Amino acid sequence: MGRLKTIARRTFLIGSAAIVGGVAFGTVMYKRPAKNPLLQDLGPGAAAITPYVLITQEGITLITPRADKGQGAYSVQAALIAEELDVELDQITVDPGTPSPAYYNTALANDMAPFRSTDDSIIAEFTRAVLDAPVKFLGIQITGGSTTVPDSYEKLRMAGAVARETLKAAAAKVSNQPVDQLTTARGAVHLPDGRMLTYIELAATAATLNPVTDITLRDPQDWRLIGKPMQRIDIAAKSTGTQAYGIDIRMPDMLHAAVTLNPRRGSVNSYDATTAETMRGVRKVVPVTGGIGVIADNTWRAMQAAKAISVDWGAAPYPADMDAHWKSLTDSFTDDQLDSQYRNDGDIAGALGNAEPVSAEYRAPYLAHAPLEPINATVLVTDARVDIWTGTQIPRFIQANISKITGIDADNIHVHVLMMGGSFGHRLEDMVVRQATELAMTVKGTPVKLTYSREQDFAQDFTRQIAMAQLRGTLRNGQVDTFDLGIAMPSVIGSQMGRQGFPAAGPDTQIVAGAWDQPFAIPNYRITGYRAPELAPISSWRSVGASTNGFFHDCALDELIHAAGADPLAERIRLCNHAASRTVLETVGEMSNWGSKLDENQGRGVAFCLSFGVPCAEVIEVTATPAGVRIDKVFAVADVGRIIDPVNFEAQVSGGIVFGLGHAMNCEITYADGAAQQSNYHQFEGLRLYQCPEIKVRGLENGRTIRGVGEPGVPPAAPALANAIFAATGQRIREMPFNKYIKFV
Amino acid sequence: MQLTVNGTAYQVDVELDMPLLWVLRDELGITGPKYGCGIAQCGACTVHVEGMPVRSCQLPIGDLEGEVTTIEGLGTPDALHAVQQAWIDHQVAQCGYCQSGQIMAAAAFLDLNPDPSDQDIDRALSANLCRCGTYPRIRAAVKTAAASLKGA
Ligand code: FES
Ligand code: FES
Repeated sequence: MGRLKTIARRTFLIGSAAIVGGVAFGTVMYKRPAKNPLLQDLGPGAAAITPYVLITQEGITLITPRADKGQGAYSVQAALIAEELDVELDQITVDPGTPSPAYYNTALANDMAPFRSTDDSIIAEFTRAVLDAPVKFLGIQITGGSTTVPDSYEKLRMAGAVARETLKAAAAKVSNQPVDQLTTARGAVHLPDGRMLTYIELAATAATLNPVTDITLRDPQDWRLIGKPMQRIDIAAKSTGTQAYGIDIRMPDMLHAAVTLNPRRGSVNSYDATTAETMRGVRKVVPVTGGIGVIADNTWRAMQAAKAISVDWGAAPYPADMDAHWKSLTDSFTDDQLDSQYRNDGDIAGALGNAEPVSAEYRAPYLAHAPLEPINATVLVTDARVDIWTGTQIPRFIQANISKITGIDADNIHVHVLMMGGSFGHRLEDMVVRQATELAMTVKGTPVKLTYSREQDFAQDFTRQIAMAQLRGTLRNGQVDTFDLGIAMPSVIGSQMGRQGFPAAGPDTQIVAGAWDQPFAIPNYRITGYRAPELAPISSWRSVGASTNGFFHDCALDELIHAAGADPLAERIRLCNHAASRTVLETVGEMSNWGSKLDENQGRGVAFCLSFGVPCAEVIEVTATPAGVRIDKVFAVADVGRIIDPVNFEAQVSGGIVFGLGHAMNCEITYADGAAQQSNYHQFEGLRLYQCPEIKVRGLENGRTIRGVGEPGVPPAAPALANAIFAATGQRIREMPFNKYIKFV
Repeated sequence: MQLTVNGTAYQVDVELDMPLLWVLRDELGITGPKYGCGIAQCGACTVHVEGMPVRSCQLPIGDLEGEVTTIEGLGTPDALHAVQQAWIDHQVAQCGYCQSGQIMAAAAFLDLNPDPSDQDIDRALSANLCRCGTYPRIRAAVKTAAASLKGA
């Protein structure tokens, strides 16, 4: 694979440019190349350059524009460049770069198209290509949807290769040696006589040459880094307390802020800050979007003062109590609310008319993201520019929004993306940046750090969607014959894009993601999406639609398989019509020794979900003890096409499983009087160490395309557990969290 | 008032009820201890006071008695504590935000219980929350650290 010609047809352009005492290399994409972000802030002697590799007299910097929320994105992106550049990871620094249209995310659009990721048809490819275009024009630099790896895989290796070959050309010029006699390793070009010229020495010369673009990407079997266990570049910092996150930033004269915000997300009718204003360290009390902010000289003092403000809050713009939210969903299974029916195989009406159908209803609650680092942003406003330091997945939206608030040109809004203490989709929102800016505008010239208290973080979260599904199915000769699933939820994309001012036109594929696109051939098979009216504001939560639909679809299938009297794993394999997915199911069977005898009070469940293009199967073993259900073991298999770093792969899948299990067992966000009833981790525990099972993960590489693995481990976890509990106890749990129905130990 | 953190004496002028966490982070600029919940539910703020693990978000500075050690004082990138070394060897951290607290809790625990069973580990470290789900590697790293501390 990978002559540049092939790449160039897909509108990649390659460039290099001189910068002060150095050179920069990269790939600028699209027919009308986006404006180069590294052009700004360059000193004299600088010229046109492109992103990704930057070599100056100070060292080698790799630009890794996809944000790192903890999933190791910086390391993965650096490894892709370093593989071809021939540098080691201990020789470079990484920098997330400046938000720029040049870093747009193509892979994200792929998942917005209503074609199964297993669908290679011309029309599917075409639609993905068409969808790609608006993403480019909007210049959406988003980290999400497990897209970092697919998006970067060729682009970054190509950038590394172009830089390497151009540096070799520079070495040939300087040394008068033929290029084909030169080799590269550890950041240097090696000459036939044993001498070497470092990339840093060669940078200035390289900058005067046309970049070498006749490139063949290396054969995977020659890779030094990709596919081998790596050490994450941030691992020492994160084990010694020296990793700085957004919340840790400190600047001279910086002030600290806190907010009290309407827990019902309505208006502020009136407030009294008399006490707060007199409290020690308080500088200012300022109204902000959604509530009141306090600027003080210390975070704790600001939080104490924020708590001391008494406010008369307006009502919620959505139903005040849960009953109304659920009713809105149950009322949505109508033709009027029909959003999509991407799958409708066979003759559903005929099949259901002939038999008494098996029917069931499933529910999934709102869930908070609650990454351990609370939301925060530091903003410095001056007359000419705004600087923002924050952990975010949407730097470009922030630029546009802050430009609107401050009236300062977007070019002068500088977003510095910092390491994030988790996200799970939380940092796809930018309300905190808007509020921090509103505060900072009142103390121009002084940086203000706004930190949400954990309670505010919970109260103001844009949660995972609430969702419901209804199954009707029939069986024939011990096999599943009809599978008719309707799913109702409000539109996540509508809610999320609405806050950014973009209308989301057409059906929302997330309403049925993880259900309509499953690789099964069932004679009569229909998946219908119903769009419920907007309720509480919602946002993408690790694995998005599939986080609820993976549970609905797989548990429904499991019920039908049991009703048919078939073996849960064998019947899934029989129904599966996608080779890579079938192998995933077979492999998890082998790993878990499926079918082997368990103790009487034990049970084993399997679940499968294909999400973000990744087939993932999980088998869970539980024991029903007198005190409650204990999860003993989890076996997981996922196929991502190509594993970049097996250590990180294992971490992401097993972390996804813990995330999926913890919320399925123990968590929900409920509203009473318009406000979330859960305010901190004591009411939203996730999973703790004592409940964490032994987890075994295996990765496969049979898939056609490389895929990311941050999310696909999540969806099968909940159904695998529910199916295992059924196997052990005979109890079918159809609603999350399961602890409403059963105790866990 | 005066306090000693990682062997250095500091003078601060703060309210007696300000939690140690915020004195460390905002007054002294020692940011290894993290704010996660503020109510003793996550353990991200764990430090040692005279070697004992303490939730610094819960300790009013006025009640502090004894020397404070934070993750920065436990070991440094150039001189790692055995627990930190084990955390690196097992590549425990994902986002890493909980790990200062996990490491401080584990180090104090192994001091008291050098030869822990799996159940001891579960019991001792379940009060520290990890939203990224690094628990399997935490278990493995604690065992490695225990072995290396015994060998030392
Ligand atoms: S911040 Fe102290 S226990 Fe969570
Ligand atoms: S590593 Fe992210 S919270 Fe533990």
